[in-house]
Amino acid sequence: MADTRADGFVVFDHVQKSYDGETLVVKDLNLDIAKGEFLTMLGPSGSGKTTCLMMLAGFETATHGEIKLDGKPINTVPPHKRGIGMVFQNYALFPHMTVGENLGFPLEVRGMGKSDREAKIKRALDMVQMGAFINRRPAQLSGGQQQRIALARALVFDPQLVLMDEPLGALDKQLREHMQFEIKHLHDSLGITVVYVTHDQGEALTMSDRIAVFNDGRIQQLAPPSELYERPKNSFVAGFIGENNKLLGVVEDIADGRALVRLPTGELIDATPVNVARKGQKTLVSVRPERVEYKPELLPEGAHTLEAEVMEFIYMGDIFRTRVRVAGSDDFVMKSRNTLGQRVLQPGEKIRIGWAPEDARALDPL
Amino acid sequence: MADATADLAGASPAKLTTADGRPLKSALARAQAKARRRAFLLVLPLLLFIVLTFILPIGQMLHRSIFNDGFAANMPQLTQWFVDNPVGTEPDESAYAALAADLKSAAEAKTIGVVGTRVNYEMSGTRSLFTSTGRKAKNFEPPYMQAVLEADDKWADPQLWGTMRQVSDAYTANFFLAAVDLARDTEGKIVQAPEDRRVYVMLFERTFLIAGLITFLCLLLGFPIAHLLATLPLRYSNLLMILVLLPFWTSLLVRTTSWIVLLQGQGVVNNTLVATGILTDDTRIQMIYNQMGTIIAMTHILLPFMILPLYSVMRPIPPSYVRAARSLGASSWTAFRRIYLPQTLPGIGAGALLVFILGVGYYITPALVGGASGQLISNLIAFHMQDSLNWSLAAAIAAVLLAAVLVLYWLYDRLIGIDNLKLG
Ligand SMILES: Nc1ncnc2c1ncn2[C@@H]1O[C@H](COP(=O)(O)OP(=O)(O)OP(=O)(O)O)[C@@H](O)[C@H]1O
Ligand SMILES: [Mg+2]
Repeated sequence: MADTRADGFVVFDHVQKSYDGETLVVKDLNLDIAKGEFLTMLGPSGSGKTTCLMMLAGFETATHGEIKLDGKPINTVPPHKRGIGMVFQNYALFPHMTVGENLGFPLEVRGMGKSDREAKIKRALDMVQMGAFINRRPAQLSGGQQQRIALARALVFDPQLVLMDEPLGALDKQLREHMQFEIKHLHDSLGITVVYVTHDQGEALTMSDRIAVFNDGRIQQLAPPSELYERPKNSFVAGFIGENNKLLGVVEDIADGRALVRLPTGELIDATPVNVARKGQKTLVSVRPERVEYKPELLPEGAHTLEAEVMEFIYMGDIFRTRVRVAGSDDFVMKSRNTLGQRVLQPGEKIRIGWAPEDARALDPL
Repeated sequence: MADATADLAGASPAKLTTADGRPLKSALARAQAKARRRAFLLVLPLLLFIVLTFILPIGQMLHRSIFNDGFAANMPQLTQWFVDNPVGTEPDESAYAALAADLKSAAEAKTIGVVGTRVNYEMSGTRSLFTSTGRKAKNFEPPYMQAVLEADDKWADPQLWGTMRQVSDAYTANFFLAAVDLARDTEGKIVQAPEDRRVYVMLFERTFLIAGLITFLCLLLGFPIAHLLATLPLRYSNLLMILVLLPFWTSLLVRTTSWIVLLQGQGVVNNTLVATGILTDDTRIQMIYNQMGTIIAMTHILLPFMILPLYSVMRPIPPSYVRAARSLGASSWTAFRRIYLPQTLPGIGAGALLVFILGVGYYITPALVGGASGQLISNLIAFHMQDSLNWSLAAAIAAVLLAAVLVLYWLYDRLIGIDNLKLG
């Protein structure tokens, strides 16, 4: 499904964008989005996510390259002819219209008759469980309710593609999680294609079929959530998504998809080479905290271990979080599940830690 | 405190009290009254200022428009005779005796001119009758009727007596009638003023028309500029704002002089048009000292009053509204008309109301560049204040203007709602 580059419903083909003619805000963007896919653009502030969305919606023009929708180039199609639904971060509900009129607007400009319109409005409102609010003004709704109306309005004219730019950014955590679920549910039941922008990685991981991680105007990695989390392609992605430990070193040996990395302290660790190819290259090894083990019996045969000193032990309920000093730095973190018989480590205790080679990734030095 | 909680918890809804046992409600009321008194003291200076400089003068003006005792105060005996005898009574010897006595005393007190002027307002050409007869009044002997008529036989005119009867009442609606080109005939019936004296209605019409036109022009010119101001990056919009506010910062005379330089027959604009061949030397357009001058100059001066409220309404409208409309399928024109324009209505209303009201009462610009055809009602008010010294008529015209503006304000409130007004 998702990660097969099926029919390319939306295609960005070598797209570039510059606002001032000097700096490129989007640099050579190539992206195929399949029909029915839920694609999330994730990235830090200023990485060009909104700009990409605006180019797709037609509010900004690409300075170079081509954007195709359903096989047709849309660079010269004005926004109102693209038939793309859009949810804005501040909802952009028209303040001088009631909820019903807001939803009726896209149908009205399409010349739809009154009775058809009413049926559609009702259906869309029921879809977001807001049928009772048809005569309210946006100002009389709570943030979450406005959000639902904005969603209903973007869907009411049955667009094939819906763009959402941080639609949940203004909501509190609980409501946000609830709305994530609802949006995902609507996506599944309507079969629409969604391009979703967020800088909340949790949101991206839970909702998306695929995530495009943006940084500095480029897609750093485009992959399904699990792959993104477990097999980050470079140190930016590894650092941006989830927590991870970084160890700087030099490749000592590389063979059979295994790399041996020597740390500055002289110790050796195992890793999977991702962005390194030769001996002697500098590399940044990234290990997820939950993949670090300190019980020798759980480590694979022949795995290298490092000496570690427990600095801090935090009880977090379902997990334990242990901060240890490793290879001269004391911000190395390991997480272990609070299972039966799990030992409570004491600060100052000396242990040896290690990991399976496939859980450590030798990436480009940042 | 413990028993207070017990009270609250108890079944009977006990009255809340303060710590020292007084009822909470009255204690609260007293505390609030004190706060209100203090707040009132703060606004008192402003209140006094407004009463002294605004409410009192306007009240006085309104009073003057219906009250003129120029006749009644100086001709007491004749006034009394009018009171004692019903309308239509032929003036008899007693009437002439009262007239002669009043003329004599008024001439001595040198108020005969005031009396003549007052009667002259209603019936032209009578002022000299009063002053000339007044000079002879000290020699009058009974029978007075004969004496007065010998002095001037115009005194027999029944219309004069009808007019004198009308003006003997210090309270009169005649000034208001005059302000809308009406008058009373000898029987006191309301009729149209003589054709050659009908100017006020025409001037009111012209004033409202020109003010309306100026409002429309200001809206037409101001809307795009306000939009530009609201959407341009700050450093450009600041510059533009300075240009917009320039009229406020230049002296009126400098501005007017530059208008004269630009717009006169041999002025810059005409010269340019002739030089570019659009006009020839004998088709130069007179753009100043006429209505066109008034319209151009006032549009320029009042433009900021339109732009500023518009700007303050447009500035906070996020561009995402129009974008949302566009993404929902509206063409840029539809998005403007259905989404953007309605949200600027409070600013349009405020700007239009402001410009119109200021335009209706504008005096100095039409006086300077309006010529004869560009004069507005305010220039006539000024004329009656300064030249003809008929303050009552000036007050009546001003009151009509005030009433018209208030009606407009009320209409606006009914149609758009005053709470929708946004001045900035
Ligand atoms: N209208 C504009 N004119 C000039 N520069 C712009 C404009 N809009 C965005 N930029 C610049 O382009 C870059 C990318 O902006 P963009 O809005 O796409 O970021 P983003 O990824 O959406 O960030 P965020 O998560 O904060 O919304 C930023 O450096 C921004 O300053
Ligand atoms: Mg953004």
